[in-house]
Amino acid sequence: MTPPTGPAESGPMTLFEARGVTKRFGGLTALAAVDFSLESGIASIIGPNGAGKTTLFNIFTGLYPADAGVVTFKGAPLLGRRPDEITALGICRTFQNIRLFANMTAIENVLVGMHARVSLGLWDVLSHRPRFRDAERALQARAGELLARVGLRDSANDVARNLPYGDQRRLELARALASEPSLLLLDEPTAGMTQGEAGALMRLLRDLVAELGLAIVLIEHNMRVVMEVSDRVTVLDHGEKIAEGTPREVQTNARVIEAYLGTRRHERRRAAG
Amino acid sequence: MIQAALAVGLVAVSAWAVATFPRSVLVFLLFQGSLLFAYVARIPAWLRAALLGAALLVLMPAIGYFNGYYLEVATQVGIFAALALGLNIVVGLAGLLDLGYVAFYAVGAYSWAIFGSAQANQIFGGNAFPLAPIWFYAFLLVGLLVAAGTGVLLGLPVLRLRGDYLAIVTLGFGEVIRVLANNLDKPINITNGPKGITPIGRPPLPLDIPYSEAFYFLVLVIVGAVILANRRLEDSHVGRAWEAIREDELAAQAMGVPLVRSKLLAFACGASFAGVMGVLFSAKQVFINPESFTFLESIGVLSMVILGGMGSIPGAVIGATVVTVLNLQVLKGLSLWLNELKNAGVTVLGYSLANLPTQLEPAKYERMIFGVILVLMMIFRPQGIFPVRRRSRELAER
Repeated sequence: MTPPTGPAESGPMTLFEARGVTKRFGGLTALAAVDFSLESGIASIIGPNGAGKTTLFNIFTGLYPADAGVVTFKGAPLLGRRPDEITALGICRTFQNIRLFANMTAIENVLVGMHARVSLGLWDVLSHRPRFRDAERALQARAGELLARVGLRDSANDVARNLPYGDQRRLELARALASEPSLLLLDEPTAGMTQGEAGALMRLLRDLVAELGLAIVLIEHNMRVVMEVSDRVTVLDHGEKIAEGTPREVQTNARVIEAYLGTRRHERRRAAG
Repeated sequence: MIQAALAVGLVAVSAWAVATFPRSVLVFLLFQGSLLFAYVARIPAWLRAALLGAALLVLMPAIGYFNGYYLEVATQVGIFAALALGLNIVVGLAGLLDLGYVAFYAVGAYSWAIFGSAQANQIFGGNAFPLAPIWFYAFLLVGLLVAAGTGVLLGLPVLRLRGDYLAIVTLGFGEVIRVLANNLDKPINITNGPKGITPIGRPPLPLDIPYSEAFYFLVLVIVGAVILANRRLEDSHVGRAWEAIREDELAAQAMGVPLVRSKLLAFACGASFAGVMGVLFSAKQVFINPESFTFLESIGVLSMVILGGMGSIPGAVIGATVVTVLNLQVLKGLSLWLNELKNAGVTVLGYSLANLPTQLEPAKYERMIFGVILVLMMIFRPQGIFPVRRRSRELAER
């Protein structure tokens, strides 16, 4: 359906690869055989509202079952796994409509994010062995570092519900980082931020990629952000991938312009080639 | 400084007053109030610990020497506090509304009742039972395990349910256990049906003091252990995972919290506390029958948790105290007082109380007054008496 675009696959094993991912909600096809792969760096998924971007994330993280397709992460199949198993494998996400643990403090939110990396049993907790105390102290120290990283160190003991909107988004990022992912899925991380805040966040993401070797997939509406930060851009429209490539390639793609501006959409042929 | 002096003075004076007027309910309430004040007052932590420790370990048993009923009240408060703490894990922390909690209490109680009395002979034949009373201590663990297993059993089918649906299923489960206890006297007599089981063995206690006093200390030790376990659970990755599930189940799972395991663990932990207290209860009562494990008991424990403050450990304890004391003392005391006035022929606003119909006795309105109190609490202080306070964590300087 979609012609292979972008650079050819390199290396024996791709970090993350999705092939033919399809999802239907009743009669509506939310995703039609979408392919997506990522080796490293930052990839963005853009597209008009309802294009299926968040649905794609929900399938990648195990929140929705897919109707067809194959998704592999470091060679391991993902589809059919529970969300917490996928997180333990090293994929973590943030949500478009912020989903923090509202009545817990910022640092507690981050600590929950570390759950998959805690190797303590019930007996460790009840007996308070030194092993437990040391582990708990280490977790807390790391949570403090993560909060400092996103600039929320002074708000560590504030209840998440009371944080300003932009801080909540950054806290979600810190919480996702807490699970030590090698792939981070960010769903509109700059929504509601000023251009300055968004820029700072993108610099942070760039740093994370450079330091931790993290791969990031962004869903973004802020085009300036997308074009500045992305190594590659994938464009979805009505559940289909209509373009893929470098930011510059995508910007000049006729189908993308058409999808965004909505001209002559009714005449668009499904099988473009 | 003033508060410290006040706290010490209050506890001392009220303890002395109880010893002097052992029959007065008001004076005993004053004593309880002074403990509450000692807990909330701005005083050094060591002083608070010393005051509460002295009150629970020395003053309370001494008061029990003057009036045995007060000791009974304190023992009941202890049992209900532990029950409320167990339910607090399920409802307060994990946010799973359980309306059949008393079922686990029943399971624990029957596990010791059957083997700590001659009842087990009906099942296995022979004459080996009752077990020696010392087995009671082993059955604290048995009750814990059996109740935890029952908790998992309940948890498995209802994991996909939330909120109202979960509440209804747990309600049904509570009734099923009670009805089972009521009817499992045929074909094999396991529970002896509505007639109940008696006499149930009481544990030997190593203290050379009246039995009810020694039993009070046993309850104190067990409640202490329950509180400690509760605090440690709450303050660990396990407790944080429960709270995360309560806040946002989907986000919790996406952050790596295994939903099924965490929920089952919550059910099992909550149930295990109830199981232990059930074993204790059956030994204390010497007699149990299904009447002790009605739906109203579940609601009673739930109201303790809500009244005290959901998810809060001191809240669960104070909620259990308030509800138990209200039911056992305040409302009964009010009835007694009114009866005295009546018998003395006191006239209020030209109306002789002697003509007061017996239907207006407060004792007959216990549930109603209790209900009104609950309604008022929910309107004016929905977060409970001691709402959860988020712990502040110190971050190392960098």
